[in-house]
Amino acid sequence: MNISDSLFEGKLVCLAPIDHEKDPEVEAGWTHDPAFMRMMYTEPMRPLSVFQVKKRYEELEKKIDERNNQFHFRIRASADKRLLGFCDLHWIAWPNGAAHLQLGIGSPADWRQGYGSEALHMLMRYAFAELNLYRLTAIIPEYNTPAIAFFSKAGFREEVRRRQALARDGRRWDALGFGLLVDEWKDRART
Amino acid sequence: MLNNTLLSGKLVRLAAITPEHAEVWAKWRMNSEYLRLADLGPAIFNSVKATHDWMEKHLDDWLEHEFSIRTMDGDQLIGTTGLDGNMKAHGDAFVGIGIGEADYWGKGYGTEAMSLILGYAFMELNLQRVSLDVFEYNERAIHSYEKSGFKIEGRMRNALLREGKRWDIVFMGILREEWLLLHPDPPAATP
Repeated sequence: MNISDSLFEGKLVCLAPIDHEKDPEVEAGWTHDPAFMRMMYTEPMRPLSVFQVKKRYEELEKKIDERNNQFHFRIRASADKRLLGFCDLHWIAWPNGAAHLQLGIGSPADWRQGYGSEALHMLMRYAFAELNLYRLTAIIPEYNTPAIAFFSKAGFREEVRRRQALARDGRRWDALGFGLLVDEWKDRART
Repeated sequence: MLNNTLLSGKLVRLAAITPEHAEVWAKWRMNSEYLRLADLGPAIFNSVKATHDWMEKHLDDWLEHEFSIRTMDGDQLIGTTGLDGNMKAHGDAFVGIGIGEADYWGKGYGTEAMSLILGYAFMELNLQRVSLDVFEYNERAIHSYEKSGFKIEGRMRNALLREGKRWDIVFMGILREEWLLLHPDPPAATP
């Protein structure tokens, strides 16, 4: 990769800022879908109105500005700039070069199309080649088997298994921590 | 009969916190060894005033389940312990514990304070598990947590960089049923 190779433009997707006009309606739709929300978040899901999502975007941008420990991206289709999902790096501990990441594609119709994979590769490059981080962590609920496969394929390894840390649908599930070190990312990028 | 000694042991008891403790809290933070055992962030002290203001502001959120650790003999304030996390939805909390008074390290005060906060977590808050993370180089703490019944659940590899060396962050947890096995006959069960 070179300086001239775009960090933000991929083949299928691009990383972009929030569109405060158009995005809230799309994201409010996602918050009504348990299949998405319960995979993405451990907090109890609840549907959000367009108004509430707008407010959250404003709070988020304020926090980004104040804390200097997170980077957020909207994932858009390269072809028509349609909003597909989002990804972020958060809880960045600068002295340790460590960060957590999150990535979601909102609509089930857009799953398994390669959008998430390309976005993850762009996010990893941003983390390791622009922010010069040393390691990334993804927290995944045990029941999110697509995410386990998704991150494993990208080279992440299971490091932590907090037994029965989550309660959903009347039973308990482990909370998994997956990690990737910069050298592991480099080795894979080379081959 | 309920257990009316829930908050006290032989060496220490758990008691209230108040912004009036700011001077003692600020004094503890002058010890860099303490900070590097306790905190992921860069070791840094705070003024008494900043500490006081922070405590006042966060008494009902960050400090909602935080206690003072006080000696039974002499009623000295020697540290703090507390819980936070996904308590309501998932019955899981992270426990934090710090003995700020270095004279009391390695003498069983912290271990007893941990057993008290675990009793509170399981018998009053009715949690399903308690989690913690600890730095690889803090062997004394890991040993103490194992004595309290915690099991190692994984390691975030190389997540910490200190003194030019990378260290793991060790995750530990104890399940409610594991705690109950270690406490088959809590005072609460004795009529």
